[in-house]
Amino acid sequence: MSDTDVTIEVDGVSMPATKGQMLIEVTDKAGIYVPRFCYHSKLSIAANCRMCLVEVEKAPKPLPACATPVADGMKVFTRSANAIAAQKATMEFLLINHPLDCPICDQGGECELQDLAMGFGRDISRYNERKRVVRDKDLGPLVSTDMTRCIHCTRCVRFSQEIEGLQELGTIGRAEDMKISMYIEKSVDHELSGNIIDLCPVGALNNKPYRYSARAWEMLQREAVSPHDCVGTNMYAHVLRGKIKRVVPRENEAINETWIADRDRFSYEGIYSGDRLPAPMLRVDGNWTEVSWEDALAKAAESLKAADGSSVGIVSSPSATLEESHLLSRIAEHLSCSNIDHRTRCRDFTDQQNDPVMPWLGCAIQDIEQADAIAVVGSNLRREAPIIAHRVRKAALNGSAVSMVNSNEYEYHFDVADYEHGAGLVEMLAGIAVAACDTLPDSIAAVCDGVKPSAGQKRIAKSLRKAESGLLLLGNIAARHEAFSAIRALAAAIAEATGATLGSLSEGANSAGAALAGVLPHRGRGGKKRSDTGLDVIQMLDKKLDVTLLCNVEPDADILASANAVKQLADHKFVIALTPFASDDLRECADLLLPVGTFAESAGTYVNCEGRWQSFHGVANPVDEARPGWKVLRVLANLLQVPDSDYQTSEEVRDELKNLLGDIEPDNRYRGDTPIGRPNGADAPDREIDVPIYQVDAVVRRATALQLTPEAQRTRAVAED
Amino acid sequence: MRSKRVVYVPNETSAVSLGANEVAEAIADKTDAVIVRNGSRGMCWLEPMVEVVVGAERIAYGPVTPEDVDGLIESDFLNGGKHDLLLGPTEEIPYLKNQDRWTFQRCGLINPLDLAAYLEHGGFSGLTHALESGPRGVLEQVKKSGLRGRGGAGFPTGIKWQTVADAKADQKYVTCNADEGDSGTFSDRMLMEGDPLTLIEGMIIAGFAVGASRGYVYLRSEYPLTRDIFEKALKVARAGGWLGDDIQGSGFDFDIDLHLGAGSYVCGEETAMLESLEGKAGVIRYKPPLPAVEGLFGKPTVVNNVITLASVPNIIAMSGDRYAEHGVDRSKGTLAFQLAGNVRRGGLVEKAFGVSLRNLIEDFGGGTASGRPIRAVQVGGPLGAYVPAAQLDILLDYEKFAEIGAMIGHGGIVVFDDTVDMAAQARFAMEFCAIESCGKCTPCRIGAVRGVEVIDRIIANENREANLDLLDELCDTMIDGSLCAMGGMTPFPVRSAVKYFPEDFMPPAGDNK
Ligand SMILES: Cc1cc2nc3c(=O)[nH]c(=O)nc-3n(C[C@H](O)[C@H](O)[C@H](O)COP(=O)(O)O)c2cc1C
Ligand code: SF4
Ligand code: SF4
Ligand code: FES
Repeated sequence: MSDTDVTIEVDGVSMPATKGQMLIEVTDKAGIYVPRFCYHSKLSIAANCRMCLVEVEKAPKPLPACATPVADGMKVFTRSANAIAAQKATMEFLLINHPLDCPICDQGGECELQDLAMGFGRDISRYNERKRVVRDKDLGPLVSTDMTRCIHCTRCVRFSQEIEGLQELGTIGRAEDMKISMYIEKSVDHELSGNIIDLCPVGALNNKPYRYSARAWEMLQREAVSPHDCVGTNMYAHVLRGKIKRVVPRENEAINETWIADRDRFSYEGIYSGDRLPAPMLRVDGNWTEVSWEDALAKAAESLKAADGSSVGIVSSPSATLEESHLLSRIAEHLSCSNIDHRTRCRDFTDQQNDPVMPWLGCAIQDIEQADAIAVVGSNLRREAPIIAHRVRKAALNGSAVSMVNSNEYEYHFDVADYEHGAGLVEMLAGIAVAACDTLPDSIAAVCDGVKPSAGQKRIAKSLRKAESGLLLLGNIAARHEAFSAIRALAAAIAEATGATLGSLSEGANSAGAALAGVLPHRGRGGKKRSDTGLDVIQMLDKKLDVTLLCNVEPDADILASANAVKQLADHKFVIALTPFASDDLRECADLLLPVGTFAESAGTYVNCEGRWQSFHGVANPVDEARPGWKVLRVLANLLQVPDSDYQTSEEVRDELKNLLGDIEPDNRYRGDTPIGRPNGADAPDREIDVPIYQVDAVVRRATALQLTPEAQRTRAVAED
Repeated sequence: MRSKRVVYVPNETSAVSLGANEVAEAIADKTDAVIVRNGSRGMCWLEPMVEVVVGAERIAYGPVTPEDVDGLIESDFLNGGKHDLLLGPTEEIPYLKNQDRWTFQRCGLINPLDLAAYLEHGGFSGLTHALESGPRGVLEQVKKSGLRGRGGAGFPTGIKWQTVADAKADQKYVTCNADEGDSGTFSDRMLMEGDPLTLIEGMIIAGFAVGASRGYVYLRSEYPLTRDIFEKALKVARAGGWLGDDIQGSGFDFDIDLHLGAGSYVCGEETAMLESLEGKAGVIRYKPPLPAVEGLFGKPTVVNNVITLASVPNIIAMSGDRYAEHGVDRSKGTLAFQLAGNVRRGGLVEKAFGVSLRNLIEDFGGGTASGRPIRAVQVGGPLGAYVPAAQLDILLDYEKFAEIGAMIGHGGIVVFDDTVDMAAQARFAMEFCAIESCGKCTPCRIGAVRGVEVIDRIIANENREANLDLLDELCDTMIDGSLCAMGGMTPFPVRSAVKYFPEDFMPPAGDNK
């Protein structure tokens, strides 16, 4: 027993605790419920609601469990007459001002106030003067407010200060006039702001798009995984009669803690957008006609059978499930086709032979917090992966030196140690590499020739070198870069020289899964090198292929390498698109449209940036005739006589791949030794591509509330300039 | 030719508000006397009190208006001539003579901005002594003195300082709470106007003892004259090498900044004061951590009241043991009591603990100003209980007061005669809390507002018994649940009013609703 271990007794049961811990942490851990409103394990202690009062032996008054540190031998009573009386008294006060409009409140049924009032409230109020009424606030398109219900717990305020790092909300006034307010009447605009909906223990802050559309107890809660970034955020979909009504976080300390990004919470609206493809469609003599699934699949199989493998192309989304990716890879294999790719947003494949087996963060998501120096290279991190950005911010608050290297400057709500910006990524990284490396590896010698590091670049190199656990993180802007080869080689050299871990984010929810499944022209399953490197995305577009299969891709929006992907594809002979939406893009360039389910309507697996496999079931009924993508591909495989393709479940597909892969250790070490040429014009700062947060995929692009946010409007305005 | 006469005219808020500046001008215009603007001697009812140095004595006249000046000149007041306003030698006025003037020893005696006068009257001898004896020696003396916080809670100062001294940090602070929000109190102001260098000296000693190099004074915003004088005093101290880097060649650095308060009662609570000093809204922080461990900007911080800090130089100069010889039990030394409200001789009385309330009010204060019998006395500001006239013999001693549910607090004593309506006073206590509450915690934010309503119903004789019970429970909830003493102590005046003056909560005769 160390001197920080103490023993306390709660309700007659003795339990271990650690000095400095607050009582409520100990009781929570022991499963003893102490009522609370303001306490939240992820926020600082405010001790303002006074709901958590408990009796402590020898204390003259009840003490708040959330703000009373444990002491050895302390005797605590959470349910004694005194404790209950104190809790009831607080409850009675809180209910005085409460409008008691539970029947019309969305929080009804899941309201901490309602729950506690049942347990601790009185039936009849002894205070019957006027209730306090507060004007509602306009917090923007995502969060609705009924401020009269606010109990001033300040969870939302602390969230905005401590988690977002941006004082979006605060309190104004004092005494009974104290109010929660926005910063100069601005809407909440942070990428995590929706979490205040869950934090608010009462119905003061609610989900605006969901407003009045269902009652908590009518819905089924189903587990889901976010499809929008490489994090694999755990969430629950709340489903009423097969339709998603809202999305809330599913706690996973290792991944998203208790948070989800607004993109994850509100994207479901896109599922129900008006342009869903209701049934398979075939272009006959230039006109679209609805066809049966049977005919549609037969037509697809027929076209593929007729084509030579080398003139077939497969372009799949980086958010396709592992199962879809495996089936695509098997179909390609069967057709002797290696023109298969998922890297729809990449533009430089010249050094692809040196790619790792799969894109990898280099560490576990939660380990980011422990890194004592971090350099984020080529990333608009808050928009690319809000949860990773949150972990990086926590690292910074822990004292880590976090630097950024980016042509453009993006805003962060912590002190960025050094922000290198304004120049090309290669140019800036070369400076850091020169500062970091005693001798430059051959691969980057040419790129670094004559480069003199700036003071900031020297500091970044030094901080990584000094760090005990440094992390150099390549973001999506880097991966999309036209000089990605040089960027990666430089980053690898810097990591090697400084002892930092090299990690990378990746596009979509499942770039890692797609790579493992072999949805790549140069690599087969498990990263096995292909003898006959096929065509990458760019090359496929350029070539007028006989059959091109698009899986969850909207060409103009999703393929970055070409400014006119739709036009190019229109020249392909026969284009088959598996798609949930009948977008104009596809209507223009495709010949056969097959309606598939979105992430919510299909079972599957995503492999996140840590290499974690997360499987899920379909949570919502497919819209119209849409079918899960893996099922469509399975039938197609059957029709093409792909051997052993009679999978009954998505699990079978996944397990087959798992067996085939065996043990794969992700490894980000760079082994290339051939000199990489100077990028010249490709490194111009304005060549970088940042995909706006609410434009990343087809579902998000159709999510109405997200599209109304200031963030979406701002990025749209920039794009239209 | 005889040398010029020296005339003292206080430059202190209450004297000035009664015309001291005009009096000083008139005397300067009409005589060739040298005018010295001193602080107040604390006898407010005699202000503006003019003193003339005659021989070795100071002869007092007061209260003097500008119109009296001609008459005074005619009466040859510069030589102590007879006049209706003649009070005799100042030191012989019983009100002053019967006090134990330690902390206020120089207050009113000197020009507060005259460093030489300060030194001549023993100023900075405490600091000099402290610098010689080292931080440990200082801590020891402060502990021995038994000095307790004069701001309200009466926490032992030595222990607080020791905690800060023991804390390890790259920066520590000494903060002085000069928000002085309690009703009927003015001792902080009088000291800062009359002898600001003593406070500065006390803060430097505190900084030296705990290892802090910076001090902040949080001054009530309604004290513009205090601000002016104190700011000048800081300059005087710096210019004399008593403040700033390497004080008197000791190698010890300490400097002080003055900050104006945010005009809210609750900003006087120490954690709200720290928030306010940091530039935020004055909202209470929960404890722990104590300010002594994590205070201003998260650093270990001494928070002390003006009088606490100003008591220290004297303690160090004369030793803790000697200080502790005065007072009773665990209430050591002196307190500057302030007589206010319905009292004939309002003012400041510094007395050793153990004096009775009756002695202060009747002997010093001369009873009520209205001449009517005393009915109630509120001690310790708006959160202090009402003491009924029957209990006036209680001795001023922290523990004795706690026993009857009252508190000494900052030593403010507000007297009420028999015309007071105690139900209205109880209502006022709740109303004050409803206005001044920071709004952070549920029991106080909601309880105070509802408390007013419940008292209103009692006064209106609606469901009287049930509402009295409700009031009692409401008070329990506020006491038990409030985060700080604002909500936690507001029930004390309310309850004492109900307890000692139940008749005021009765329906008017004949009203039997
Ligand atoms: C509502 C409230 C108001 C207070 N106002 C003052 C004040 O105006 N001046 C003061 O010195 N202490 C005030 N206090 C007491 C301080 O919190 C604190 O105890 C004191 O400044 C500590 O200094 P001391 O130990 O020297 O007394 C107040 C306390 C409360 C709860
Ligand atoms: S709006 Fe909700 S979370 Fe914010 S203070 Fe009010 S009750 Fe708490
Ligand atoms: S008791 Fe009143 S003043 Fe103190 S924290 Fe609570 S609301 Fe604020
Ligand atoms: S949960 Fe402890 S005071 Fe709010």
